[in-house]
Amino acid sequence: MTQLILEQALNGLQFGLMLFLLAAGLTLVFGIMDCINLAHGSLYMVGAYFVAAAAQAADSFWIGLAVGVAGAAVLGLLLEVALFRRLYRRDHLSQVLATFALILIANEAVRAIWGPAAIMLNPPEALAGPVAFPLFGEEFFYPAYRLVIIAVGLAVATLLYLLVAKSRVGMWVRAGAANREMTEALGVNVRALFTAVFVFGAALCALAGGLLGPLLAVQVGMGESVLILAFVVIIIGGIGSIRGALVGSLIVGTVDTLGRALLPTLLRATLPADAAATLGSALASILIYLLMAGILFFKPQGLFPARA
Amino acid sequence: MPLRLATLAAVLMLAGSAYAADKIKVGFVSTLSGPGAGLGVDIRDGFNLALKQQGGKLGDLPAEIIIADDQQNPDVAKQIADKFLKKDKVDFMTGIVFSNIMLAAGPAVFENKTFYISANAGPSQYAGEQCNPYFFNVAWQNDNLHEAVGKYVQDKGFKNVVIVTPNYPGGKDAVAGFKRYYKGKVAEEIYTKLGQLDYAAELAQVRSYKPDALFFFLPGGMGINFVKQFVAAGLSRDTQLFAPGFSADEDVIKAVGAPMMGIFNSSHWAHDMDNAENKRFVAEFQKEYGRLPSLYASQGYDAALMMDAAVRDVKGKVEDKAALQKALEAKRFKSVRGDFKFNTNHYPVQNYYLRVVGKDAQGRITNKTMGTIFTNHADAYVGYCKMK
Amino acid sequence: MAFYRPARWQRPLALGLFAALVALPFVLEAFDQSFYIGFATRLLIFALAASSLNLVLGYGGMVSLGHAAFFGIGAYVAAICQQAGINEALFAFPAAMAVAGLFALAVGAVSLRTRGVYFIMITLAFAQMVYYLFISARAWGGDDGLPLAGRMTLAGFSLAGDRPLFFASLTALTVAMLLFGRLAQARFGRTLQAIRENETRMEALGYPVFRYRLVAFALGGAVAGLAGALLANLTGLASPNLLQWMQSGTLLVMVIIGGVGSLWGGVVGAAVLLGLEEALAGLTEHWHIVLGLLLLGVVLFAPRGVAALFGRRDG
Repeated sequence: MTQLILEQALNGLQFGLMLFLLAAGLTLVFGIMDCINLAHGSLYMVGAYFVAAAAQAADSFWIGLAVGVAGAAVLGLLLEVALFRRLYRRDHLSQVLATFALILIANEAVRAIWGPAAIMLNPPEALAGPVAFPLFGEEFFYPAYRLVIIAVGLAVATLLYLLVAKSRVGMWVRAGAANREMTEALGVNVRALFTAVFVFGAALCALAGGLLGPLLAVQVGMGESVLILAFVVIIIGGIGSIRGALVGSLIVGTVDTLGRALLPTLLRATLPADAAATLGSALASILIYLLMAGILFFKPQGLFPARA
Repeated sequence: MPLRLATLAAVLMLAGSAYAADKIKVGFVSTLSGPGAGLGVDIRDGFNLALKQQGGKLGDLPAEIIIADDQQNPDVAKQIADKFLKKDKVDFMTGIVFSNIMLAAGPAVFENKTFYISANAGPSQYAGEQCNPYFFNVAWQNDNLHEAVGKYVQDKGFKNVVIVTPNYPGGKDAVAGFKRYYKGKVAEEIYTKLGQLDYAAELAQVRSYKPDALFFFLPGGMGINFVKQFVAAGLSRDTQLFAPGFSADEDVIKAVGAPMMGIFNSSHWAHDMDNAENKRFVAEFQKEYGRLPSLYASQGYDAALMMDAAVRDVKGKVEDKAALQKALEAKRFKSVRGDFKFNTNHYPVQNYYLRVVGKDAQGRITNKTMGTIFTNHADAYVGYCKMK
Repeated sequence: MAFYRPARWQRPLALGLFAALVALPFVLEAFDQSFYIGFATRLLIFALAASSLNLVLGYGGMVSLGHAAFFGIGAYVAAICQQAGINEALFAFPAAMAVAGLFALAVGAVSLRTRGVYFIMITLAFAQMVYYLFISARAWGGDDGLPLAGRMTLAGFSLAGDRPLFFASLTALTVAMLLFGRLAQARFGRTLQAIRENETRMEALGYPVFRYRLVAFALGGAVAGLAGALLANLTGLASPNLLQWMQSGTLLVMVIIGGVGSLWGGVVGAAVLLGLEEALAGLTEHWHIVLGLLLLGVVLFAPRGVAALFGRRDG
């Protein structure tokens, strides 16, 4: 039982940290620029394809990851300069339509370039197996690659925290999220700041996409399902708050994983097996949305509202 | 132009004789994108290879193949079927991989009295009460390969089994088929979302049951990820994996690599089967596409051969539905899996074999045929089929 | 934006269009193109769904990214009615409207307390909730959706075949358009549009802003439910894909292309989008790229949509 709970907790952590990489960029773009970017998930997809293509060309996962992330950052820069700059001052409806159009274009472009079939990446050879360590007199197994993902996720989260909470640029970013006009009035080059944040968000997307590539599949449409989860995260956490994105990601990751794993078992104690399986899976899949509705009911601005 | 054609057709029908078509139109709808794409692509490539060997003809008539991607989405498949039937007016349809897609598209096809030659999906409904003269399955009934695994697991004396399948009709058929022949303890049946790719939570559950065998049916990308993650979690040390042939064929082996070694699986066909048709098929498939064919490819190939033989039998008069049905039932082509015949419900009666994934003489990781599990095996639903 | 007011030539144009649509199935059949009757039916149904969103978005100013939930619920209610042995559309269609409308009422009651981005996101989240609920409901087909055994009957007449369903859909759309046209110029519609323009002011004037919006939101949901029930009859399947958020996005796109807040926005948008789909899909496999670029063009250069060309605007 300890093994089961610890393993599921690690799974939740791993999922949550990857969500954080996506939510961090999204919440800043949302918070500072008041811009809805539905195409954030497409950056994740395109980033994953960049990583997959580079990894196959270089025959090394890590080189591929570095090249892919850099490629996504460049793409982010181009998008910001060519399109998003024009959207910041437009209404939400225009932003929804424009970024929805981007999703269509991205999905179809990827299909045209890499073909419709999914690319199945393999983790680096050395990480393909499990790691074993003793735990309460029993051997505990956990996939090595997932541990690496957790480590990378934690490192990026720490770096981001230091960057946003301690550095000067971070202060501008927080100031921008709290009050854009005031920050501008104080002489901060908000336009350059916007570009930097957007590019950074794109790079984080690609990092998440690349890291998850070997666990999932690199395929058209992978961005859409994860986008919704990222939205839930930043709404729970409070739009514009990095801290909120981190807490929200971990909550969503843990609740989703534990719910999926434990609810059917728990319900079986009280209900007949068939009903438990049905109700359990139904409840597990909507658990995070219920959670979000509950949090919004008590805290309409999320857990850590960025705006004063 | 369409008006004149219609008039012509009406005149010919008044004359009371079916006219020979000048070409054969085949609507090929399959899953060609997403994680299930490998399956559809193999069926398509197998089908096209057969067609190429016939010089682009079916039954000596030029063939036109219209290919569409169902995106593994029942709505899309239904729309495509409608278009094939009403706009393109195809003579045959084929290609669908997944049973849920088949069940969505089927009614429109049958209502239109168009023959559907299934190169994969073999839902239990169409084998039993909803069997239909216009539906032929050239592959198998969904349960068959699972039944074969169940029988083998039972015979080898495994005692504690966990089953993992997606929550869709094919998955439920899989569990039913497996349990029809495996009578031991099933610790848990885990149903996952169709298309799920991360199995971390499920694998932790599996570990807690400490099973000696695990039977999984996860077609396409799902199975690829499942096996990789199963081995990465260290579960392969204590638990023997069993799968139907779909989850352990060349497409999966190519993507997963070494972790596949030692998986037992069942199939009605294998690339090392010893008959002239199969040797030619495997050699030419490798030459054409640079990879070993999977069972899906063999089914696509057989589907084309089946149409070819039937069209030749009726001398191109595909409008004569009754004659065409008789010709299809007669099965005059030589299948790459050796001999089989159609049951009254238009599903095959055939042998099922045990295969194991290992290294072959050239050092490639691939399937090796170990022995026969069932001989001339029919499906469990034929008794419910009222078609004669 | 300004209040909706129809141009003088709109009525004859609408009448002409209606007459053309009535004749359409017979013309298509004469030319052996009955496939396109199904296509036209689909178009009418999506026009109805998009128009219902236009009521919410265009008149009410509420950017809902969860409209597909009501659309899909309508389809499921129709299929569930049939599963329960009720094959009469005169019961099933109003039931679909009622369930979708009531659900919209509940969603609206919660969501309309939020503003801006939060409203967009919360409607999206509610729609996702419905999507996952239906996906895991095995009794209703789960991932596979719930198939209809055949088309329903309407007042005893079967909807099977191309023509009956086409005319049923045409009738539904016509009635809805007449209703929306009336509504837009009635007191309710005026108030709704005024709230869209200046919420604070209307609040200060003592209008029950929340209630007006909620009624519009629920009405939009109910009409979307009707469209869903019709679509289930057309495709013979209530599919969870109808509930996906990309479907909400597509409806939104239709309204924006057609013109937000003009009476014909939904109809024009549905016709343009589905027409483009049919035309472009024949030309290139990658027609989504072309569509995406067109949409970007609309956002950047024609923010008022295509239908803005048809409606006279003052102010």
